[in-house]
Amino acid sequence: MTSISASHAFVRTEILPEQAPPMAQAGVLKWLRENLFSSWFNAILTFISLYVIYWILSHVTGWVFFGIWDAGSLNECREFRDARYDEGARVACWSVLTDRWHQLMFGFYPPEHYWRPILAFAVFGGAIAPVLFDAVPRRMLYVTAAAPFLCYWLLWGGGTIWGPVAVAAGFALPFLVARFGEGVFGSLGVTVMAIIVPILYWLFLAGPMAGALGAVLPIRITSIESNDFGGFMLAFIIGITGIFLSLPLGILLALGRQSDLFIINKFSILFIEVIRGVPLIVWLFTASILLNYFLPPGTNFDLMLRVIIMVTLFAAAYMAEVVRGGLAALPRGQYEGADSLGLDYWQSMRLIILPQALKISIPGIVNTFIALFKDTTLVVFIGLFDPIGLSNAIRATTDWNGIYWELFIFIGLCFFVCCFSMSKYSQYLERKLRRDHR
Amino acid sequence: MAEATTNPAEERTIDRSQMTVSDEVAIAIRGMNKWYGTFHVLRDINLTVNRGERIVVCGPSGSGKSTLIRCINALEEHQQGSITVDGTLLSNDLKNIDKIRSEVGMVFQHFNLFPHLSILENCTLAPIWVRKIPRKEAEETAMYFLEKVKIPEQALKYPGQLSGGQQQRVAIARSLCMRPRIMLFDEPTSALDPEMIKEVLDTMIQLAEEGMTMICVTHEMGFARQVANRVIFMDQGQVVEQNEPEAFFNAPRSDRTKLFLSQILGH
Repeated sequence: MTSISASHAFVRTEILPEQAPPMAQAGVLKWLRENLFSSWFNAILTFISLYVIYWILSHVTGWVFFGIWDAGSLNECREFRDARYDEGARVACWSVLTDRWHQLMFGFYPPEHYWRPILAFAVFGGAIAPVLFDAVPRRMLYVTAAAPFLCYWLLWGGGTIWGPVAVAAGFALPFLVARFGEGVFGSLGVTVMAIIVPILYWLFLAGPMAGALGAVLPIRITSIESNDFGGFMLAFIIGITGIFLSLPLGILLALGRQSDLFIINKFSILFIEVIRGVPLIVWLFTASILLNYFLPPGTNFDLMLRVIIMVTLFAAAYMAEVVRGGLAALPRGQYEGADSLGLDYWQSMRLIILPQALKISIPGIVNTFIALFKDTTLVVFIGLFDPIGLSNAIRATTDWNGIYWELFIFIGLCFFVCCFSMSKYSQYLERKLRRDHR
Repeated sequence: MAEATTNPAEERTIDRSQMTVSDEVAIAIRGMNKWYGTFHVLRDINLTVNRGERIVVCGPSGSGKSTLIRCINALEEHQQGSITVDGTLLSNDLKNIDKIRSEVGMVFQHFNLFPHLSILENCTLAPIWVRKIPRKEAEETAMYFLEKVKIPEQALKYPGQLSGGQQQRVAIARSLCMRPRIMLFDEPTSALDPEMIKEVLDTMIQLAEEGMTMICVTHEMGFARQVANRVIFMDQGQVVEQNEPEAFFNAPRSDRTKLFLSQILGH
């Protein structure tokens, strides 16, 4: 090989050391020049924008920060304003919040029982913490398991604590059957018995058992009707229940839509398309009015429960499509890898497919959660007192007739804080679950 | 010649002491046919694999060789004929399929590791959930096989952090953790850089030396020559020729085989 001239031949004798990337030419001035004043046109836009921002702030800040907090009615608010500032000055009347905050939060829930929703909310916080954050001790998951029953009892009350305890105990039965029944019933028998035993228990045993325990140890709180629920408490109850029921239901529907089993597949498609194809408000009216025609006369099927079911089904249909997107995004090889190791369907779904598909779907799932939470305001149309409904009620009183902005800003702000927290959490979760380049 | 650079068999002598073929039948395929819609992919396949055999399946792309081995663990469904694995007749019963899958290890072209699990978790998942082996024991087994494929130090990393060759070796270890009696390889080196092909082939040779029953779909003719006891050539969904490697490479009988061999070995 003499044709290659000496000048082209090359042998590297040492490996070049790694170097840091060139330092960005940082500095505030550089940033300003590049982003705000890169051309004459941009400079003009910058000044116009600055003026608009100034104009908005100059009008809004005064209104917000000089607002009146200590009046008892809108008229009093105006008197205070005229006395403290110029006559007719533009200041907010936040007094409506201090005067009516308890209604905005709890609706018409009896004030002497406010501790119950507050305690329920605290229980919920304790229940959700181990689900959201790894740092929380795993033992807290017992709180998570108990929370739905405890919160239900705290919020609605009525009867002793043993009612919900007896119902909750029924959920342990399938596990007991699975643990000890294998030899007695065979594998198919266990599946059937795991469904039948708890149902029989709830129908015949749970009631008397709760009664007996209640006679021994009567821990009792008064019953409060759903009609008295309102405000953010109502929005939270509907929203949180909807969120936690719609995710598993949506996952099942998504799997059903992918299933090879004809009936399950067609049912899932029908359910998703029908529920998704009709506006939520129509479903809510269906829940509030039409259902009564189909139920036997005399049955009192709680309106709030009906709304929760409708909102859950509605969100589940959307959730199913979001999760299906995640399932479709997984390469076929993941399914085959799981299959080739001999994992059965539910194992491969639970251990391999869903953890990855749900991770891909996180933005869409949280999107659906946020939409569901905000959609709880729609229940105002069927006569439930969500925050919007209460703001209407508050404005209907002579004291606060004519007040708009303050209430709506407050309600909007509360919703924003909740939704923004969910969004931030989802971003945290996505970062935590990243598995490449670590 | 591409194979010259990637044939590890040239650098080491193969220990044939345990490479014995027994009379016991591991896989028996009888009159098997498969269609994709109306397309007849596999036509009248008859194949008996004895325990300890190392079979290389080769052929042009689209010849049905991957489909054939994917039928053996029911990743693909066949429409006619019978497949018996380890004495169990493959049927539509899910339990039966899961049982066969847990006895037959499979290595894929694209590794198919689970990216959300660490290397160790990838290897322990199936033993824990399918075999119901205690976690600690499963982890010990996993470390044993990870050492065998020479990457124990990567155990706590995630698949995305490993090179292709390392990932494929993990995939082999993952299959071995189930203590399979048969291993299927579906083009295990086709997605790898030449430098990495060698490390994967080395692992496969090591496995062969230990007497594993193997069916490999591969284009590594060097590997076929050195390790296989039988080479099967497929075209258009049929077995065209099968023979011992010596005879297969030196004296192919069918014209189609001659053409194929001249194309992959000829330059």
